[in-house]
Amino acid sequence: MKPETTPSSSPTAISTVGLARNFGRTEAVKGVTFSVAEGEVFGFLGPNGAGKTTTISLLCTLLTPSAGEATVAGHDIRSKRTEVRRSIGLVFQDPTLDEYLTAIQNLRFHAYAYGMPKRIRDERIFELLNLMELWDRRNSSVREFSGGMKRRLEIARGLLHHPRILFLDEPTLGLDPQTRHRIWEYVLDLRRRESLTIFLTTHYMDEAENCDRIAIIDEGEIVALDRPEVLKDSLGGDVVTLRVEDGEAAVAELFARYELSAVAEDESVRFKLPRAEEFLPGLLRSFAGRIESVTVRRPNLDDVFLSLTGRSIRDDRPATNQQLRRYLNTPGMKSQLN
Amino acid sequence: MATPITAPLARERGRHARQALRGIWVIAYRELLRFSRERSRLASTLGMPIIFMVVFSEGLKRQIGTLAVGVDFVKFMYPGIIAMSVFINAIFSGLSVVWDREIGFLKEVLVSPLNRSGVVLGKALGASVIALFQALVMLALAPLFGVPLSLRIVLELIPIVIVLSFSLAGFGLLIGSRMRSQQGFQVLVQMVVLPLTFLAGVFFPVNNVPRWMEIVSKLNPLTYGVDAIRRIFLAGEISASARASSHPIIGVTVLGHTTTTIEDVALVGLLGAALLIGAIFSFNRHT
Repeated sequence: MKPETTPSSSPTAISTVGLARNFGRTEAVKGVTFSVAEGEVFGFLGPNGAGKTTTISLLCTLLTPSAGEATVAGHDIRSKRTEVRRSIGLVFQDPTLDEYLTAIQNLRFHAYAYGMPKRIRDERIFELLNLMELWDRRNSSVREFSGGMKRRLEIARGLLHHPRILFLDEPTLGLDPQTRHRIWEYVLDLRRRESLTIFLTTHYMDEAENCDRIAIIDEGEIVALDRPEVLKDSLGGDVVTLRVEDGEAAVAELFARYELSAVAEDESVRFKLPRAEEFLPGLLRSFAGRIESVTVRRPNLDDVFLSLTGRSIRDDRPATNQQLRRYLNTPGMKSQLN
Repeated sequence: MATPITAPLARERGRHARQALRGIWVIAYRELLRFSRERSRLASTLGMPIIFMVVFSEGLKRQIGTLAVGVDFVKFMYPGIIAMSVFINAIFSGLSVVWDREIGFLKEVLVSPLNRSGVVLGKALGASVIALFQALVMLALAPLFGVPLSLRIVLELIPIVIVLSFSLAGFGLLIGSRMRSQQGFQVLVQMVVLPLTFLAGVFFPVNNVPRWMEIVSKLNPLTYGVDAIRRIFLAGEISASARASSHPIIGVTVLGHTTTTIEDVALVGLLGAALLIGAIFSFNRHT
């Protein structure tokens, strides 16, 4: 598969050429080249330790590259650090709120640090806290917040100064599925409202599905880069299984009508095709009354990762350990354990 | 025709300066906000020096009594305790950096457009304001310990406390910029800062101790800080004959020269400026 490194239209929000970073002898990022268009949701998908966070840290000027070049919002990440910092918002993987302060104090600190004028600041805080459904809790200490509330507050803070690009490092790590889902609703809603570019890292497959394009990263290298559907289609499409009375007849009919080469197995018929969901309604109509059941298994991005690297993203033990460590490090947990 | 070349440069410099200034006040503002929201810290800040004062002065005043004509032990120790609490509060600015690193908040600061020098100076300013606040609380309690106060004392104390706390904050921040854990910082405080504080003449005059201790004390910059504060309180009370004694209780005698207040403050201030510059470099490099 030839990686599609440049998006076709629209101006560029992020662009890197051979960006690399070593820690001693370890090459965390081994020269990645990609670009992200303005308004795009771009995801880095890969197991823990693949170099996702290091890449974000390089783009956000928290680390200096060992080699390569990158521009963020048109500014060089080495020579125009302040300009880069001004144009980006960041939500880190680990919490970065001051828990002794209230929600609104955390946001005000951020507004002061970015030099926002008072009138815009107050309006924006009101708008974002409402959007994240935290306005009622604005004067509570962040200590009292749940994990999901803290993450929402961090997202609000990351967006406060009207950044052009929002970086989300594992935005939903350690959150329950319901909260994850809601965070995604906010993010996609924000992207529509503010024509924001979003760069995120994740090792959740379903999360990566929300991206316009995904770079699959493994051991510091991009092994594939494209739209999620294209990546999955590259494996040959969905697997559709039909339960029918007469398998042989169905195979013949499928070939005659749609030129599909299906295989009959006992009382079922199996075939692969790209984007089965668009095809199935027509198929069901023409086979009306003769199909007992239909199952469609989509190849997921884990299948893509597996076919590219021979390993599964979900195999990553460090992820579990890391989550456990985060969990144990939350102040409330220490006391609960004793 | 030099204008077209220098104007953008000057604008750039101006922006840097504004950025640094914003860093100073934003960071100092947050230090103070936090200080005011952490009741336990507020209580310990106020409680500790009072406990020291009460326990030591009550415990030792009968044993020691008068050190010089008109100067009893309590009057001697009181300025030392003020100096000590200024040191400890200022050094804690370094702990605050380590703490911010541990809770992750430091990243929020580092990825913002605030420049690093402003962040370091803001931490120092925040710590200085807290140290000054503590010194003023101690000052308000002076009558309880029978220490006479005057407007002159208050007016002289404020600038000296500011110089001392900025200097000690420089020391704290230099360490804090490299330390990764609070435990590490605490150990360092116990191993280095407490001994230096005890050897700085807080509890006894450094001019009349065993030779080895005298040498260590006079090499210890904190000694000059303690002396500067003590002079404000005692300068008027000590007779010329007591000053001229071979073991004066104020002033630090080095190679036959007894320091003045100005010399004390200048020495600590210059060292402090060097430490702050070092802290800024270290912070730039290690973050």
